[in-house]
Amino acid sequence: MPRREISLRRQLTDHFFTGLAATLSLVVVSTLIAIFAYLVLKGAGALNWSFITQTPKPVGEVGGGMANALIGSVMILGIASIFGVPLGIGAGVYLAEYGRNRLGKLIRFTSDVLNGVPSIVIGLVAYGLVVIPQGHFSAFAGGVALAIMMVPTVARTTEQMLLLVPHAVREAAFGLGIPQWRTTISITLATARAGIITGVMLAFARVAGETAPLMFTAFGNQFWSFNAQQPIAALPLQIFTYAITPYEDWHRQAWAGALMLVILIVGTTTLVRFVFMRRMLGGAR
Amino acid sequence: MGARPEQRISSLENRATRQAGPSSTKTMGTSESPNLSLVTTVQKAPAWRRTLFTLDTGFRGLMTLAGLAVLGIVGLIVAELLQRSALAWDKFGLHFFVESSWDPVSGSFGALPFIFGTLVSSLVALIIAVPLAVAVAVFVTEMCPRPLRKPISYATELLAAIPSVIYGLWAIFVLVPLLRLHVNPLFIKYFAWTGLFSRPDYGYSMFAAGVVMAIMIVPIISSITREVLAVVPQHQREAALALGATRWEMVRIGVLRNARAGIAGAVILGLGRALGETMAVTMVIGNTPQIAKSLLAPGYTMAAVIANEFNEATGDLYRSALIEIGLALFVVTIIVNILAGLMVWTVTRGTPARTNA
Repeated sequence: MPRREISLRRQLTDHFFTGLAATLSLVVVSTLIAIFAYLVLKGAGALNWSFITQTPKPVGEVGGGMANALIGSVMILGIASIFGVPLGIGAGVYLAEYGRNRLGKLIRFTSDVLNGVPSIVIGLVAYGLVVIPQGHFSAFAGGVALAIMMVPTVARTTEQMLLLVPHAVREAAFGLGIPQWRTTISITLATARAGIITGVMLAFARVAGETAPLMFTAFGNQFWSFNAQQPIAALPLQIFTYAITPYEDWHRQAWAGALMLVILIVGTTTLVRFVFMRRMLGGAR
Repeated sequence: MGARPEQRISSLENRATRQAGPSSTKTMGTSESPNLSLVTTVQKAPAWRRTLFTLDTGFRGLMTLAGLAVLGIVGLIVAELLQRSALAWDKFGLHFFVESSWDPVSGSFGALPFIFGTLVSSLVALIIAVPLAVAVAVFVTEMCPRPLRKPISYATELLAAIPSVIYGLWAIFVLVPLLRLHVNPLFIKYFAWTGLFSRPDYGYSMFAAGVVMAIMIVPIISSITREVLAVVPQHQREAALALGATRWEMVRIGVLRNARAGIAGAVILGLGRALGETMAVTMVIGNTPQIAKSLLAPGYTMAAVIANEFNEATGDLYRSALIEIGLALFVVTIIVNILAGLMVWTVTRGTPARTNA
């Protein structure tokens, strides 16, 4: 068969756009590499024992650390998980098992809306809901703000994971005479466990780096605090506070804090991706 | 499972009652003769008791409550914002959004500079991010050699995992100096005639904020674009190739054209993210409530002014004005997100969600 040559112009256009797409992708990937390189370069030097065991030193004194912010982050995230995770999983169960109606549709839609609400607005709301009635900033208020942000993510992943569980499994349970509540808890949720843990951890990683909702709720603190009813430091807040000051040593610590936060978050997401995702997909088939 | 036998049978009983009606219960019960007495007591219980007081309905109620809590949260957000911004709304009304002076000391509050800054920086972000994101999506789904696919999509996902405050930190110490020393002079040299790039250039500017946001929204636009491209039917590609199209022509005619509504949705979703972005922007935009023509001038965004001034706001009117800005931001992002969701849905509807890498 005679083969028609593709005109030079068309060939060049093809090469041009392929090259363009490749170059732009390279730009994106190298931005990522640049950010990580700076984090490691600047953060690793400042990441030392005193950084994770000491509280901040007064301005002008070199040294000190973010230990109180680490504890604060752990506490705030703990409070957020206590409220956010059960609520999210419950809503997800409702959507997957009972939500084939108008209410379900409405809740699904609302949860997507909630997912898109800017975090700073959540901060304002938590301020009005918790800080004003209590009369003071607190770790609890910060936890509430982050819990609100966790709910939609956890709910929608839980729903999706439960829907992946084949209907035959539920029917088999019903056939054995197991009531629906028991089926949901011991069989459906248990089957989808890995996927739901994935969703929870992703939600956790997402809120772990949130700063804006904590500004008017947890507020920050330069000292040790283990009291959920008092203002408390948090790692992202501390990074922000240090980054916008003119002090060299605080910049150094901001980088160290950033490196720590990224290791925490990227570690979580990567773990989820490589451990749970695989198990979940394997289990669903 | 440690359920006692009576419990199991009684719940079995309930199930049968619900599914097949009371008449079949009796036959089922009599066939299982040893527990006949138990079955008959269940049958004797009044109907309301059998339907209302089971663990099933309790569990269902609890889960419904959790679902309703989602509605409750959003309701609370709306109520809270409306209630606490009422003071500013009463005082300024709609005029609030067209007034350009923001002077808390003399009590004049106008949101226009913040609206301006938000729109301009988000537009800059979109102009930079859209080509990058679409290029990544097209490259990964259509062009790149297989072994490169996963690393590239993983890298873009990682970009999404980095918290906003870390972008801000990186921008302050790396991006802003880079722009000021190497990039902005070029723009000023070649594009000064547009009036968009003029001195003075301090580095902290709407342009810098736009660039940071661009990096932050590339992953979201790109991942949704990839999802949309993935649902373009394979035969569209094959048809284009069969007609003798080159690969780029195939992408342009067979893929991008079919997916354009979804890509537009992805872009709008990116816009929604950019509008509400707070920390990174606050750290590099310069925080000056002004309306400047030059992109290299400092500005202020709606989210940034809340973040910066809310804790220091003295007086109810000041707070109320900031919360009203928050309310406006909430309404705008919701509209934008719903719009985007609809556009993506028109393309991906009917196809199952897939987890492609």
